[in-house]
Amino acid sequence: MALRTLASKKTLSLALGGGARPLAAAAAARGVATTVSLPDLPYDFGALEPAISGEIMRLHHQKHHATYVANYNKALEQLDAAVSKGDASAVVQLQGAIKFNGGGHVNHSIFWKNLKPISEGGGEPPHGKLGWAIDEHFGSFEALVKKMNAEGAALQGSGWVWLALDKEAKKLSVETTPNQDPLVTKGASLVPLLGIDVWEHAYYLQYKNVKPDYLNNIWKVMNWKYAGEVYENVLA
Amino acid sequence: MFNIRRQGGLTRRFSKVVSYYGLTTPPYKLDALEPYMSRRTVELHWGKHHQDYVDGLNKQLATSPLYGHTLEELIKEAYNNGNPLPEYNNAAQVWNHLFFWESMQPEGGGSPEGGVLQQIEKDFGSFTNFREEFIRSASQLLGSGWVWLVLKRTEKKLAVVHTRNAISPLAFGDIVCLLDPFFKMFNIFSINFAMTSHVLFLQPIISLDLWEHAYYLDYKDDRRSYVTNFIDHVVSWHTVTLRMMRAESFVNLGEPTIPVA
Repeated sequence: MALRTLASKKTLSLALGGGARPLAAAAAARGVATTVSLPDLPYDFGALEPAISGEIMRLHHQKHHATYVANYNKALEQLDAAVSKGDASAVVQLQGAIKFNGGGHVNHSIFWKNLKPISEGGGEPPHGKLGWAIDEHFGSFEALVKKMNAEGAALQGSGWVWLALDKEAKKLSVETTPNQDPLVTKGASLVPLLGIDVWEHAYYLQYKNVKPDYLNNIWKVMNWKYAGEVYENVLA
Repeated sequence: MFNIRRQGGLTRRFSKVVSYYGLTTPPYKLDALEPYMSRRTVELHWGKHHQDYVDGLNKQLATSPLYGHTLEELIKEAYNNGNPLPEYNNAAQVWNHLFFWESMQPEGGGSPEGGVLQQIEKDFGSFTNFREEFIRSASQLLGSGWVWLVLKRTEKKLAVVHTRNAISPLAFGDIVCLLDPFFKMFNIFSINFAMTSHVLFLQPIISLDLWEHAYYLDYKDDRRSYVTNFIDHVVSWHTVTLRMMRAESFVNLGEPTIPVA
């Protein structure tokens, strides 16, 4: 645990050229965009085994997510420079990098919270209001799992499968997004309750080409308590 | 180009004869590209991923009106002017992978020679410039897809392009493809958009798979090292020479010579 915290701090320092907080504060003082930082995992890398290996979690958090954070901050810095110069074409040109790296940061930050070790209640099906809403919208909890697995397996290339709550229509739906597009790109009123990363880097070292096995097993470490809290907070 | 396997047939008098696409073996042993591409990676990539695309396509064609085309025709038909039919993905990935295996060889890499080198120097300024552009284009693809060396048939020029997911340059006819075909979203800010007006009439020369399954076991998140090793050590300039010769039967890359009567 201590090692992991140290490692993530080190990555951050590399990524941001200093401690996240002082830099962000300094940036805010100068009036430029505030940078983001890599959140700590709320559990150890190996805590989700055997559903997801410790090696996958380490690479996924320390390499992939850290790279999205670093590149998003870099793009923000360039955006700031472009905005101050009034260079519209440079501002527009940066949108791709911002969407991809910013989306990567948003999506992975949700993903870590969506997972939980079995010993701490991971995999326990949803109770309460969310549980009822799932039965109402999808017929049963099993039907929702089946639908998300099918859409995840059918997704071509890299992307995400979401359990979404439309906060205006108050409806649940299953959505997919390509690459690192966050859920909000599918609709401004959509709130992610659960997101499953179906990029190959999320499972390849352990499951190789057998994506359906990854999708079946990830439910064993799903944090339904978190999803239920988001659901109730949004509708409160 | 493909093994056609016939099933059914002679013993039963009225049985229907059905042709399938088959999976051809790479033109080298599965461990021949080590240490740049491990045996395990090739086993899975060819034996599982490529095989799955072949199996998936055959399954679809069993009940599809698109049955009976050559693979190249099928890709163009199924691309359906940028509104891909269900068969498109498997068809293009079967072809893309076949083209990829043949783009590599043991003890490959280095620098091309003769006419290929001259053409690269003419179109990129130098071989070093080409190498850098290939690596840069691969790193600019966000997500899964492919990076290609192509011959632009109308401009008579080599170029480096990347494509998303299963998209194959073979599919591009004279249709400007502004829509990301799988997600029906305008990619106003993506590199694809900047590329689209140039992506016409492309003859593929080299393909490199940039899906994570192609390199994750060997390189993890380090796509750049994978691409660099491909171009420095495994790309088959021998295959490129043959493909350029074939391409030149469609495109005259020099001044046309008029025969004297």
